[in-house]
Amino acid sequence: MLKRRLIPKLQMKESRTGMSSRMVLVTTIRFGEAVEIGDPVSQAKIYEAQAADELIFLDLDASSDNRETMLGVIREAAEEIFMPFTVGGGVKSVADFRNLLLAGADKVSINTAAVETPDLIERASDVFGSQCVVLSIDYKRIEGGGYRVWTRGGKVETGLDPVRWAVDGERRGAGEILLTSIDRDGTRTGLDLELTRMVAESVSIPIITSGGAGVAAHFVDGFLAGKADAVSAGTYFCFRDENPMQTRSRIKNAGIPVRLHT
Amino acid sequence: MTGIVDYGMGNLLSVFNAFEMAGGNAFICSRPEELQKAERLVLPGVGAFRDCMRNLTEKGFTEVLDDYVNRLCRPVLGICLGMQAMARRGFEGGEFRGLGWFDADVVRLRPSDPSLRVPQIGWNDVSWRTGSDLFGGLPQSCDFYFVHSYYMKCSDDRDVEASCDYGGEVTAAVRKNNVFATQFHPEKSQDHGLKMIANFLGWRP
Repeated sequence: MLKRRLIPKLQMKESRTGMSSRMVLVTTIRFGEAVEIGDPVSQAKIYEAQAADELIFLDLDASSDNRETMLGVIREAAEEIFMPFTVGGGVKSVADFRNLLLAGADKVSINTAAVETPDLIERASDVFGSQCVVLSIDYKRIEGGGYRVWTRGGKVETGLDPVRWAVDGERRGAGEILLTSIDRDGTRTGLDLELTRMVAESVSIPIITSGGAGVAAHFVDGFLAGKADAVSAGTYFCFRDENPMQTRSRIKNAGIPVRLHT
Repeated sequence: MTGIVDYGMGNLLSVFNAFEMAGGNAFICSRPEELQKAERLVLPGVGAFRDCMRNLTEKGFTEVLDDYVNRLCRPVLGICLGMQAMARRGFEGGEFRGLGWFDADVVRLRPSDPSLRVPQIGWNDVSWRTGSDLFGGLPQSCDFYFVHSYYMKCSDDRDVEASCDYGGEVTAAVRKNNVFATQFHPEKSQDHGLKMIANFLGWRP
């Protein structure tokens, strides 16, 4: 039986000291100010030791200036960890896909560029296969009901409905959907189960949901009520009072299939 | 020395790193004439069947690979699309000829349970044939990492080394003479995957 997945999310920003530049691990609340908390590759190794099912690396700067620094992190991670990982942030072209895949990424997520140039989904899935293309959708709930997709790190409202955008993304060739609730990011108040379930019921590709996981029960909710295939969390795992192994046993106790062996 | 065939289909670095970690002394084969240096060979691959076969043919690997398998008879490991390429035919976006080492077709996953999604992405437990050398030393029914929309359907059950359940039985690994291949990604399956790679490195078919 296929297992539900727990996916730590490693959000990064560039940190410059003098001439040198490196990527640091950060957390955010509602996509606001980034707080530095450590080194991404060291943290990735910890997650591997804790048998996380996959990892997601996101470059929050999403600028072209730090591409080499970012690729360096990915190459280093690929040497150290033997588990699948997705990389995203600032991916704009088929060439960006290729560079990240050659550096060791298994999947690449696209967000802003997918909204602004939707045929990138088709082109990338045509060249690398759908399984490489993760459509990342950041969304906010709107007053009075409904949801809207936001791009550029939560700065630009697009007017798109996330459910319809997910359906369109699947039709164009995305192999997986990564949902992130901007309202709930870093708040530990629980996942947005309603939107997760709406998307899960509208597409046939796997759904990763994120934004708001604060206790193990939130993962259980995401799988059962949200019908997600995977739950991703950044803040939840970063502060180390919870790790994937402990969380896994609680999810298993709720009767959800998760990986037993590590 | 383990040769990793580079025919322009995906993430070789992960395979290379995993073989190095497992003590495989790996090198990348970008040209067909380099294949004969390899004591054993890995045919990796992600993407679409059609592109895979086209690249193998255009880069001149097809005949050299046949020779490697059938005349040199050295061990070969296929991974994911590299496994599917070994079938007689693939039906992804049309009908295409494969390498034909296995009497098998590559067909789309159609799980009987409608809640199961395609592609299958994630960890699934694998059951293998009793006494399989390649799964030796692994805990029974352990999980491996899969990511695929198509799978190899064998005409001859004897070729099936392992399977998993995804709304029906899905071929997880095949073996015939000196060729072994997995639908899952051992290079991405943490300790169990590295153990399987070590098994392949010690395999004397």
